[in-house]
Amino acid sequence: MHGLAFDIAHFLAGGMVVASFLLLYQDRLYALINVFALHSLVLALAVGWQAAIQGAHHLYITAGIALVFKAIVIPVALHRIVRRLGIHRTLEAVGGVGRDMLAGTGLVALAILVMLPVTATADALAREDLAFALAVVLLGLLLMVTRRNAVSLVIGFMSLENGLVLAAAGARGMPLAVEISVAFSVLIALIVIGIFLFRIRERFDSVDMQAMDTFREERRR
Amino acid sequence: MSGADLGLVAVAVLLGVPAGTALLLVLVSGYRLGARLNVGAALLCLLAAAALFQARPEANLYLRVDDFNIYLIALNNWVSFTTSVFSAGYIAHELETGRLTPVYLRFYHAMYQALLFAMNLALLANNIGLLWVAIELATLITVLMVGLYRTHAALEAAWKYFILGSLGIALALFGTILVYLAAQPVIGQGLPAMAWDRLLARADAFDPALLNLAFVFLLLGYGTKAGLVPLHAWLPDAHAEGPTPISAVLSGLLLNVALYAVLRFKMLMSANPSALAPGPLMVILGLLSLLFAGLMLYRRGDIKRLFAYSSIEHMGIITFAFGMGGPLANFAGLLHMTLHSLTKSAIFFTVGHISQVKGTQRISTIRGLTVTHPTLGWGLVAGVIAIAGMPPFGVFMSEFLVVSSTFARQPLLALPLVVGLLLAFGTLLWRLHGMAFGQPDGTAVVPVRASTLPTVVHLLLVLVAGFWLPEPLVAWFRHVAVLLG
Repeated sequence: MHGLAFDIAHFLAGGMVVASFLLLYQDRLYALINVFALHSLVLALAVGWQAAIQGAHHLYITAGIALVFKAIVIPVALHRIVRRLGIHRTLEAVGGVGRDMLAGTGLVALAILVMLPVTATADALAREDLAFALAVVLLGLLLMVTRRNAVSLVIGFMSLENGLVLAAAGARGMPLAVEISVAFSVLIALIVIGIFLFRIRERFDSVDMQAMDTFREERRR
Repeated sequence: MSGADLGLVAVAVLLGVPAGTALLLVLVSGYRLGARLNVGAALLCLLAAAALFQARPEANLYLRVDDFNIYLIALNNWVSFTTSVFSAGYIAHELETGRLTPVYLRFYHAMYQALLFAMNLALLANNIGLLWVAIELATLITVLMVGLYRTHAALEAAWKYFILGSLGIALALFGTILVYLAAQPVIGQGLPAMAWDRLLARADAFDPALLNLAFVFLLLGYGTKAGLVPLHAWLPDAHAEGPTPISAVLSGLLLNVALYAVLRFKMLMSANPSALAPGPLMVILGLLSLLFAGLMLYRRGDIKRLFAYSSIEHMGIITFAFGMGGPLANFAGLLHMTLHSLTKSAIFFTVGHISQVKGTQRISTIRGLTVTHPTLGWGLVAGVIAIAGMPPFGVFMSEFLVVSSTFARQPLLALPLVVGLLLAFGTLLWRLHGMAFGQPDGTAVVPVRASTLPTVVHLLLVLVAGFWLPEPLVAWFRHVAVLLG
């Protein structure tokens, strides 16, 4: 009933959800960064495909930013940071893989249940894209709340932003200003984070956020 | 020069001067010159904001000056001007005590102007995408400012703020995309479907289900930035650990800007008859914030944290008032927004001086200020009395309006509201008593050298507002209260 174009868009957006699940159970930093690169690569393909079928040429720029910046530059930079800090040890996932997977499945179901009825009047492509995008956003949130390490928090946040870019690309004719700003915000985010990571390293010899929690007011008195 | 031209020039100054000065300040190495430039640029913006009352530019797809934002722009630039005056004295002291180095000061001044630019852009924006970009920019800048001292606590605060702020910003973007999706079938693709005035004109034809979902995301997203419970966790830390001028700007202005964004979308919701009523959601979040902050005030040990929780409390009151809706409650909300900005920034000015002369922010070590530092002590007394909502200060009037309009319409809701107000009132006065009137601890008295003029002017304004509001201001509040629905 839908053409091949729809199937491919569906496949790519679904691929992002799968990549988000892959992120959830990576317990080593390098692997996490690599899967994030994959996540961004799928995003670039999905946005590129949207550009082709919508005939929206400005989306190619968004796809290009995703490919060059998020799939190559940021992962390489994060690899360097991890190496420089010497923190390529095992991550601690709070609660365990099984629980995270179950929670993730629940979130995807939630995203679909919320988005599909609401967008009944929108065209099929935008609906499905939006449902997947919300799923990616929620999975990104889940990654952020289950991880303690600063680097994996950052990756969770960026995967969440990938979901937002997917949503923006799926919305037909959404002005470019927003997409560029999303990409731009990631750039700034990385600068901020980079500074933070190095400062944190300088001060604590650890990027474990739990170590920082001890400086809360309540325990200082 | 014709009227429309003057308006255009004013808007150009409001955006161009802070942006240009930010770049210039990166190059200026002397901190005195930097501070003066900072004050000068803020003054120029204030004049431009005043010029907007003479002539408004035509709205376009990106920027718009209307009845709602014009007073907020004036308030924004007024408080950033007075804060820049306060900051000049405050920063000199920080440099002497070695808490900040000249390089950081250069950075600080540039960021201050960049923040002013971002807030003016958010208030002027007609495009919901641009609004989002501006608030995101403001978030990132304040993250950097909060971490300025580079202590353990400052880094933790900045990090927490960064993570929670980005989450809020991400949720808000998703909401913005959903609004665009709702508008796109009606208005058509492209920029007009993101222009707020076009959206408002056609909002009745939007798909209500999409709008509902969008509003939930926007309320949570921008609500995080406004410090509403349960998304407030960044706020006390960010206020306590950053430089005090930034606490003043955060509390006095940035929270308002975030709330302003929520209100813009609330107006869209109200324009659609079949969409969810946004009021109850805001009432719940507002009450939660008020009660939670009222309870949390009780055990604060840090003076800046104390007043940060008080900001959450007041944001709760304002959100509650706008959630109740109707001309009277909206009037009260707008008035409270204005008075809270003025009072809270004045309190932070005083607190900044106090923590400098005492060398600590711990409440338990601040004793008997009215004896050792009469100006500061009585300034604090006046500020706390004003913010706790006691007459004759203006905050009493706006809180009274909120309570009485609630009693008239929903007596049951007035109960938790009054409980929250009394909780905060009691705790603040109890804390004040020790700090202002307790026995001085006998350590050497360090004199204050900075100007207390900004504090005095702000508190006088709030005091005058308690007796008399100028007629144009009342007319404006009434008019906007009707617009807000």
